Formats: sequence, C-alpha cells, structure tokens
Amino acid sequence: MTFSMRKQGDVTIVDVDGQLIVGNRQELKQRVLDELDKGERKFLVDFEKTGYIDSSGLGVLVSLSKKIREQGGALRLANLNDDLRTLFELTKLDTLFDIADTRQRALESF
Amino acid sequence: MRVALELEIPSDVCHIEHVVSEVTACCAGLALPPRALTLRVPVALTEALANAIRYGNRADVSKRVRVRAVVSDVALVLEVHDEGPGFDLGRCLRDCTVPAAREREDGRGLFLMQALMDRLEHSADGGSVVRMTMFRA
Repeated sequence: MTFSMRKQGDVTIVDVDGQLIVGNRQELKQRVLDELDKGERKFLVDFEKTGYIDSSGLGVLVSLSKKIREQGGALRLANLNDDLRTLFELTKLDTLFDIADTRQRALESF
Repeated sequence: MRVALELEIPSDVCHIEHVVSEVTACCAGLALPPRALTLRVPVALTEALANAIRYGNRADVSKRVRVRAVVSDVALVLEVHDEGPGFDLGRCLRDCTVPAAREREDGRGLFLMQALMDRLEHSADGGSVVRMTMFRA
C-alpha cells in the first residue's frame, strides 16, 4: 500500500494504492492533516487503485471530512469501484461524502 | 470438498493484510458468491482480526491471534480466536447508519462483518472466538 499526493491547481490529490485499513489509516490521516495545516483546503482522494477499505479506513475519511470542513475546506472522493461503493452504501456514508465517478468530475465539483 | 487453512499471528495490525491475502489465495478458484474474495471476505476478516488484536488481546504482541478458514460444499467458515475475555455481540453491534452515528469515526466494524457475511457468531473457547459463515449458494 502506498499513498501519493500531488497538487493540481489548488486541489491536493491523494491516490490510495492498495488497501486503506487499520494498519495504514493513520499515515493517510497525518499526511492530509499536515497539508491542511499548511493551508491547503481542497482535497480529492482517488480510489482508482484501491483494493478494499475497512471500517478504520472509512472512519479516517469521516474524521478528515469533518476536520477539513471545520477549516472551511472540502473533501471529494472519486473512482470508487462497485465493491467500494457498496461499502459506502451499506454504511450510508454515500450520503455524507461527495463522490464522483471520475477524477475529472471530482475536480470540476470544487 | 473441504479446504482448511490455519494461521497464527502476533497481536499487531501489521500482520492483517498478509493473513487476508493468504485466506483469499486459499479460496481462489473455488465457486463462491460474487464479491466473496474482493469485498466480503477481505473486509469481514480484516474487521475480525483488527478487533481480536486491538480489543481482544489489547495489542499485546505476546498474545496470539489464530485464524481458521474452512471451505466445505456448503459454506466458507472463518474463525478468529484471541486470548481476550470475549464480548457481548448483541450489545456491541450497533446500527452505524442512523444519522447520529454517521459522523462517528468508529463503530462500523461489527456492522460490516454482519452485513457482508451470512452469519456472525461469538463464543468463548479458552479465549474469544468470532465465527463468520458465508454460504456458497
């Protein structure tokens, strides 16, 4: 599993390659919070290369969403495959997040 | 047909991904329901292992977590054993989909295990045992 971050315009894009689970979710959280502390406000997490997410991974996304909103920012999610979308629907987190089918649509939604 | 796999790991979450990979590899090629090996087993097993390590064994690396996977003609059964005192499944299982719970960071693990598997049981057997069953048909 790796997380890679890059900027596109004023949006910080995070690619999750592999799983987002209990063993690595703190790394994702810290890296996004570090960018938030530096003043970044628009975040896009792209799941195109993600295998699966567990409840800890979902929890970190919930926590980050709240912290980013508290700072006046926004978090978008993109490229959830059918399995990942099922997880969001089962937990009703699809009602909490802005989820786009593609990275481009997510970028356009800010 | 009966395929069995038994693994034992220290109580450290860094071992979870390897165990999940071993179990799904063991089941590859078997006729299982759709999404069994891409969603249902990986997520449910990750949750059970995380609970066993974090809450059952309190992340004490001297304590072990044992995993048993058995595939019969009827079902895939996954058992996760830890050395903790166990828990009341009925009381711990919460509906994380209600609006008040949706913005919480925690509280979705058991819910997902129950939602993704056909049967979720807990028992005590010299420790705590979580048993998850997914029927093949």
